[in-house]
Amino acid sequence: MPLIGKQTWQFPSQPYLLATGVVGGPKEGQGPLGQDFDNIHSDSYIGQESWEKAERRLFEEACEIALQKANVQSDQVDVLYAGDLLNQIVTSNFAARTLSVPFLGLFGACSTSMEGLALAAMTVDAGYATHALAATASHNSTAERQFRYPTEYGGQKPPTAQCTVTGAGAALIGVNGPGHLPRITHATIGKVVDLGIKSPFEMGPAMAPAAADTISRHFKDTGLTPEDYDLIVTGDLARIGHVLAAELLEQEGIYLGDKFKDCGILVYDPDQEEVFSGGSGCACCAVVSYGHLLKRLMRGELERILICATGALLSPTSSQQGESIPCVAHAVAIERRLS
Amino acid sequence: MEFDMTFVWAFVVGGLICVMGQLLLDLTKLTPAHVMVVLVGFGSVLDGLGLYEKLIEFAGAGATVPITSFGNALVHGAMAEAKMHGVVGIITGIFEVTSAGISAAIVFSFFAALVFRPKG
Repeated sequence: MPLIGKQTWQFPSQPYLLATGVVGGPKEGQGPLGQDFDNIHSDSYIGQESWEKAERRLFEEACEIALQKANVQSDQVDVLYAGDLLNQIVTSNFAARTLSVPFLGLFGACSTSMEGLALAAMTVDAGYATHALAATASHNSTAERQFRYPTEYGGQKPPTAQCTVTGAGAALIGVNGPGHLPRITHATIGKVVDLGIKSPFEMGPAMAPAAADTISRHFKDTGLTPEDYDLIVTGDLARIGHVLAAELLEQEGIYLGDKFKDCGILVYDPDQEEVFSGGSGCACCAVVSYGHLLKRLMRGELERILICATGALLSPTSSQQGESIPCVAHAVAIERRLS
Repeated sequence: MEFDMTFVWAFVVGGLICVMGQLLLDLTKLTPAHVMVVLVGFGSVLDGLGLYEKLIEFAGAGATVPITSFGNALVHGAMAEAKMHGVVGIITGIFEVTSAGISAAIVFSFFAALVFRPKG
């Protein structure tokens, strides 16, 4: 049975991760992973008249690159799973209009990348699609005004804040592919966890319990151990939340040590301006996973990885009304057999 | 020329008001909007007690430039009009003195929007 344990899907056919497209903004390009991106824009407007349009363009570009690399035409894509951070997920909706493929919109905040990847793998595995595309995008300036203050306001932020990644990532999943490509083996769908953190400037600590819950559930459901993975990465817990997640996992007897990384920490150099405790946003997990981690898989440095994208499911209204932040985390296991 | 201490006091008093705002931001969970309201409230209470005018005489721009002076101006206008027109004056006077600042903000914002990119 494909459902194992309580929350984990095991894909019998192990769908192929055919290709990815990764695009980044100026700050991401200057970061330590800049060389792993397919395209870097030096202008945060990307030649568009608004940041919202720029985010849309990033999204479209990531999808175009992924399709181009896999040599798949857009009319061969059977379904697109996508989401973003803006009201009514307009970035995904408008980009899906351009791409003109069957589209299912998602909202999982920053967990969207793995939510989409899990659904795409499931759809392909179940035979409902030959090619499924999972994509997401975020833009620092659009997220600022969506969740925080108007961009021209210039409000101060505490060091616990995070910097929304400007970029987009798309992954194309297929039924068949050459043997050397990575494959999706499992996905663990997370429960919404809320330990009562209310400050929108403490997203990492708010999301850490959700990440720990999903990762420990993954091991319980699959019977796998941390030794079975070369790397276990969280989406955007950043420097404060990631330490908390490691502590929570240790309380459950799961010791990950140096294998435990976070995309929000990897994406920027701590010395970069205004990155605070690290990266966040839908694109954070997407660009690091589909760019950096995938390249490491392809180079043979990693064989099996677990990516756990974390999402803070708050709205500006819920946080202004003093409500705490419900969080979710979804994990996807990717494997590339070297033999 | 004799050194004018007004500049020094303007710097010190204006700086201390800003330090107050920074401490509120750093040490409490107040948002920038809350901090602004606290400072405006602080200025209006001081004027209600008759102290803000003395602070302006002492520190000049150090007291008039920070947002606390907006609270002072709100109360000042309300009290001045109240003296002339009674209770209704409190309402009509609130924006009497501050209208220059508010109108200037609207007009200058309009011109800024013509030059910069209001869509962001």
